[in-house]
Amino acid sequence: MSVKLTEEMLKALPDAKGHFGAFGGRFVSETLMDSLMTLEREYLRLKDDPEFQATFDKDLADYVGRPSPLYFAERLTRETGGAQIWLKREDLNHTGAHKVNNTIGQALLASFLGKKRIIAETGAGQHGVATATVCARLGLECHVFMGSEDVKRQSLNVYRMKLLGATVHAVESGTKTLKDAMNDAMRDWVANVDETFYIIGTVAGPHPYPLLVRDFQSVIGRETRRQSLEKTGKLPDALVACVGGGSNAIGMFYPFLTDESVELYGVEAGGLGIETGQHAAPLCAGRPGVLHGNRTYLMEDENGQIAGTHSVSAGLDYPGVGPEHSWLKDIGRANYVSVTDEEALDGFRKLTRIEGIMPALESAHAVAYALKLAATMDKDQMLVINVSGRGDKDIHTIAQLDGIEI
Amino acid sequence: MSRIEGVLKSLKEQGRKALIPYITAGDPHPDQTVGLMHTLVAAGADIIELGVPFSDPMADGPVIQLACERALKFNTSLRDVLGMVKEFRKTDSDTPVVLMGYLNPMEAMGYEAFADAAADAGLDGVLTVDLPPEEADQVAPLFAERKLDPIFLLAPTTTDERIRAISEHSSGYVYYVSIKGVTGSATIDVDEVARKVAHVHELTALPVGVGFGIRDAETAAAVGRVSDGVIVGSVLVDTIARHQTDPDGLRKALTDLLHPMREALDSLS
Ligand SMILES: Cc1ncc(COP(=O)(O)O)c(C=O)c1O
Repeated sequence: MSVKLTEEMLKALPDAKGHFGAFGGRFVSETLMDSLMTLEREYLRLKDDPEFQATFDKDLADYVGRPSPLYFAERLTRETGGAQIWLKREDLNHTGAHKVNNTIGQALLASFLGKKRIIAETGAGQHGVATATVCARLGLECHVFMGSEDVKRQSLNVYRMKLLGATVHAVESGTKTLKDAMNDAMRDWVANVDETFYIIGTVAGPHPYPLLVRDFQSVIGRETRRQSLEKTGKLPDALVACVGGGSNAIGMFYPFLTDESVELYGVEAGGLGIETGQHAAPLCAGRPGVLHGNRTYLMEDENGQIAGTHSVSAGLDYPGVGPEHSWLKDIGRANYVSVTDEEALDGFRKLTRIEGIMPALESAHAVAYALKLAATMDKDQMLVINVSGRGDKDIHTIAQLDGIEI
Repeated sequence: MSRIEGVLKSLKEQGRKALIPYITAGDPHPDQTVGLMHTLVAAGADIIELGVPFSDPMADGPVIQLACERALKFNTSLRDVLGMVKEFRKTDSDTPVVLMGYLNPMEAMGYEAFADAAADAGLDGVLTVDLPPEEADQVAPLFAERKLDPIFLLAPTTTDERIRAISEHSSGYVYYVSIKGVTGSATIDVDEVARKVAHVHELTALPVGVGFGIRDAETAAAVGRVSDGVIVGSVLVDTIARHQTDPDGLRKALTDLLHPMREALDSLS
């Protein structure tokens, strides 16, 4: 039931209320409405402002180190036996993940709006680090909210944030993971709305966040498109990206949405297995609901209470997903699948041993699915994995699973 | 005229202000909620705001977050809460009840099923914290057909244009949030609230209730002076937390809190 998308259709989305079809919107308490409307107005103005765009592009080039390479994983391709596997190396960005593309953009917005106090939520800590980094660079006060479970899982990133001058608030409420960090960030925002800019780390949240985060992350797909044409003379046949909130995936997918020949695969965290209920795969196993300011697929119980999630990867451990993905799922343009913790760890090990590239556990989900997919494809086909981040932050988790103290 | 309009109109005619206590349904135990509602009425409540527990109460501070967690230990669902309203109605057909909560439980139940069950239970109003009027197209007609008053929030950050638009979508009363913050947080600046509420009165003919930060007779009176009613939440919920295992002590403590507020409000007239 896939719909042929046109540039025209895409331009009309999100609509004036921030809707992508039945999804998205702005479901927040009244105190935040004025701020969100101001942000929307200013963003729509700056989005086409040459000075804003030039500053953004320059920062991406000189500070982040873009473009990130599109690398042909020759040995991995040979071992897998199927499509040519290419890696989009977001792990090589400054701070080690795609998250910084977005924090550069939003911090720039904050400066244009004259806001001096920045807040952010983080799961794996990559978005927290990327936010603390741009705040250090611009001299902004930075507060990062992080579930206390994640503070434990990602201690390296917690320390990095502190070194960068950020205050890390360990969140003890609810399930003590990413969704609770986002709750507390929103609570802080309500209380300090005049002076505070909330840098949301993924394509979720109330309008205009899903729009602006997608725009900032689309540099991934634009580069991939150009590099793919330069290096192979054609577009890839399949793109594979992991989906937590969905920012690295939408950034990769968006510039290809009208290219019908390009198959899109978003890989959710299957945790201990979808059938166990212990996972973080709302698109694969959830239903539409409203959380954190937008309507989207969620993991919830029959009474509409948000369900606890499980994933070995803190950055995917979230019960919702960006509304544009919900829309892409419903119109059939993108495929959403899952891999288990086990499979992701196996993906991590393969990429590490065969290519000498240690992916983040989040990205390892994309790797694991891509290896299965590539094996079913022809040798003259081309598949790109978005390696959204590097795995240094996960070394403790992996060592622990291996029963090793480091 | 809806039950809410009726109560607020008659109070106004007497020159009195509405006392609107909030408790979270299912806290400390679902079996106690209906009894507590009657206690609130006996202690002087004119309208009851009954919180629907939610796993992610983003607009609430720690006090109400914990109340939600206590209620959810017993799986208190939106259906259960409507059951409590229905039970309450068996012996009190005068006191309006307004549900206050978040959208997702309602969305999960289905808007039409919710509106039907709410009307059947004798519910009067619905305040959905994370549902601004812009997103309320679907529920508005369902509520209107069943004479449920949609109650929306106004905040210190709400522009004049929005105050007018939100009032257009509201009936019963509008709820002015006195502070920038979550429930139970800061102490209010009474002069600032008075100035703002006077301004809201210029922009809407609806009664204005003021909530967030009202914790004693003094703040109740100060805010009552400029508004049509005061909403008292966190201080009551905190009292419930402190008397979880002592139902008699809890009834007395709630009464001891509300009585002086009632008296202070009535001494204004
Ligand atoms: C390296 C990496 N990849 C992916 C994610 C998931 O986020 P998203 O789905 O928004 O890309 C995270 C989140 O922390 C991350 O650190």
